[in-house]
Amino acid sequence: MHKLLTGQPGLKTLLLGNEAIARGGLEAGVAVATTYPGTPSSEISLNFFQISQESELYFEYSTNEKVALEVAAAAANSGVRSMCVMKHVGMNVAADALLTLAYVGVRGGLVIVTADDPFMFSSQNEQDNRYYSKLSGLPMLEPSSAQEAKDMMVDAFDLSEQLQLPVIFRTTTRINHSTEIVSLGDLREPKTNGDFKKDPFNYVTVPAVSRNLHAKLLEKLDKAEKISENSEYNIIYGEGDWGIICNGVSCNYVFDAVKDLDIENSVRILRIGFSHPLPRVLIQDFLKTCQKVLIVEEGEPFMEETVKAFAQEKGLTLSIKGKDDDLFSRLYEYNPALVRECLAAYFGVDYTPRTGVDLSDIPEIPQRPPSLCAGCSHRATFYAVQKASKGMETICPTDIGCYTLGFMPPLSTGDFLICMGSSVGTSCGFSKVTNKKVISFIGDSTFFHTGIPGLINAVFNNHNFTLVILDNGITAMTGHQPHPGVDMKALNFEGYARVSIEDIVKAVGVKHVSIIRPYRVKKSIDTVKEALMYKGVSVIISREPCTSFAKTLKKPRGKPFFVGEKCKGHRDCINDLACPAFFIKKNRVNIDPVLCSGCSVCAQICPEHAILPLRDKAV
Amino acid sequence: MKPTRLILVAVGGQGNLLSSRVIGESALLADVPVRMSEIHGMAQRGGVVESSIVFGDAQSTIISDGEADVLVGFEPSETLRALNKCNPSTVVISNLAPMSPFTVTIGSGVYPDLNNLQSLIRAKAANLIAFNAEVLARQAGNILSVNMVLLGALIQTGKIPLTEKTVKKVIKTKTKKAFVESNLKAFELGFSMAEKISLNILGRV
Repeated sequence: MHKLLTGQPGLKTLLLGNEAIARGGLEAGVAVATTYPGTPSSEISLNFFQISQESELYFEYSTNEKVALEVAAAAANSGVRSMCVMKHVGMNVAADALLTLAYVGVRGGLVIVTADDPFMFSSQNEQDNRYYSKLSGLPMLEPSSAQEAKDMMVDAFDLSEQLQLPVIFRTTTRINHSTEIVSLGDLREPKTNGDFKKDPFNYVTVPAVSRNLHAKLLEKLDKAEKISENSEYNIIYGEGDWGIICNGVSCNYVFDAVKDLDIENSVRILRIGFSHPLPRVLIQDFLKTCQKVLIVEEGEPFMEETVKAFAQEKGLTLSIKGKDDDLFSRLYEYNPALVRECLAAYFGVDYTPRTGVDLSDIPEIPQRPPSLCAGCSHRATFYAVQKASKGMETICPTDIGCYTLGFMPPLSTGDFLICMGSSVGTSCGFSKVTNKKVISFIGDSTFFHTGIPGLINAVFNNHNFTLVILDNGITAMTGHQPHPGVDMKALNFEGYARVSIEDIVKAVGVKHVSIIRPYRVKKSIDTVKEALMYKGVSVIISREPCTSFAKTLKKPRGKPFFVGEKCKGHRDCINDLACPAFFIKKNRVNIDPVLCSGCSVCAQICPEHAILPLRDKAV
Repeated sequence: MKPTRLILVAVGGQGNLLSSRVIGESALLADVPVRMSEIHGMAQRGGVVESSIVFGDAQSTIISDGEADVLVGFEPSETLRALNKCNPSTVVISNLAPMSPFTVTIGSGVYPDLNNLQSLIRAKAANLIAFNAEVLARQAGNILSVNMVLLGALIQTGKIPLTEKTVKKVIKTKTKKAFVESNLKAFELGFSMAEKISLNILGRV
């Protein structure tokens, strides 16, 4: 049985923040969970996916975050506790649903987890999703540790039902990917069956209805503010004239810094865990007792702006600072030393920063960027497109997935990227206003996520580009999650249908559709060439299973290859493909047989035919 | 309990997440407060994986530059890269078996000289315990047990508040059955290698 289902109440166990969040959902009796995978949130849904195989929980990988939220919203409005999990940028996709769902509200509890990623460890931006709570008018909770994340999740469901509103549960990478000793609570039996009672004048958001609903939302927000005033998650620690207001992981750095600086007797700390609506009276009373206040929050000055407005209301003129040229930045994540330094600087505490080691004479260390796996089919596809488009002036919009890594040399394929699905939409614009050949790339899962509307647009408006759909049969980047095109039967999962990318592409009216098997190099190049010649929208589906997923499934692999004596050192294999299985030893090219997946692409492009399967090697 | 801060750096696939798991479980077993943080976004694509582990009375799960008490590097150039986490009292433990990054293969980088690398670290940190952990892992019967070799060396230094006994118990109960024997062997080989090196440093051999 799954470890999150077996842990007895009171048990102390080591949990990843994301495991703690999932356990919190189970302790709240969550019955429906939906998601589109995205780092740093992915392990929450991975655990739910596994748990749903052996419990009452209904879980689904939805096609995108908007759909995920709609599924959860309907379940919650049928009285069933639901959870919707996404990374921060997923909230942008779900925002259309979110902002009016706030008007409609919920009957059963609905918690929306947004996992923000300050410093962008694996994201395209570091937007601060706390503003979504303000924008939508929804209550928001922010945990500071894995233990609290678990406990707070249970309260988030209660709060949601009390207010009849979805609750935004906002984390950052350092909550999601921190591991701590967590003490477990009681599991709650989920109520899986709901009922929807027709009430169109509260559910169908035509203008006349929404005018009433907006007013209702504001009433609920007033109620939420009162709860926030007395919330156990908004607490004051310590005694002193100096005030600190902090949230999320920053609180941990503040507590450590106050101890390190030995200013425990001078500082009062207001820890905000219920961060929208902010507790006005609590904060104003706090400000009144402080000489000066520092606000410690990663990201944007979300609390700072409101705290300053609260001070103004009461005519308080004390110094309140946070984001400042000499203090905290809006960029990246914080760390303990940074918080210690800013506290010392703002409150005028004597402090000598600990000195690290002198790094001035360290030689330049070769970079170790992530790269496409050895034998990755994307590499073969990029190679085929490079060869087929030789001599053409091209623009290559790309998309979000492993294949984004193709933008690095030597594949150098990927010129523009802003968000999920943008490869297709931006291709329309580039092809309209430039005279260059536009060739864009999108993965299978991303195509389902938000690629399809762009393609329909392209057909309808008669745009001119070639879209390459990289179909490796799984959502690879985030850890091999299923998507609508996956053959679930082959993975031993019952109860799923399968959607064909080829059928969709043809159905939306693309007239030139071809399929390549990228490991067949010459044939692929010829097929791509033909597609590139087509005037209008042409689609190439490049189909080959993800090599890293095949390894996970322990599928039989091709025989590894080796570089034979015929090698004259052209190094086309390294210079054009850059497969990480290659290495140089004594100035000769070698292939690491452990890494080599036997895709044979390098063997096909070697001008000397010097790369051979290992079985042919004379012993 | 005064905080002790430990950083583990490795190349994706070297198993540092398992070793931090074992360390975390050992702390839980020994009732030592522990908090850990990992950055493993692109680890499967051959990038660098960094774990920070904080023992004792601290709430932070991450470690600022210059503030690690111990650094364990699973790969020599990665140990060198993580030197920004060290200060003059940091103890450094490093595997000496290089995994050349692909940037070196394509000629856009030069792998640092291993002797120079060691003397640089020695000059800056309190102590360097460096050896080829791959050889010992192979000797233990599983080349993938480099993580356990380095864990053995780490425990030998006594720099983190965990005993050999506790960690071995966790290896027995929490790592895959098929690998328990080789993991324990690897741990012991790492432990005695660190012991030998420290005796040498102290001039007793």
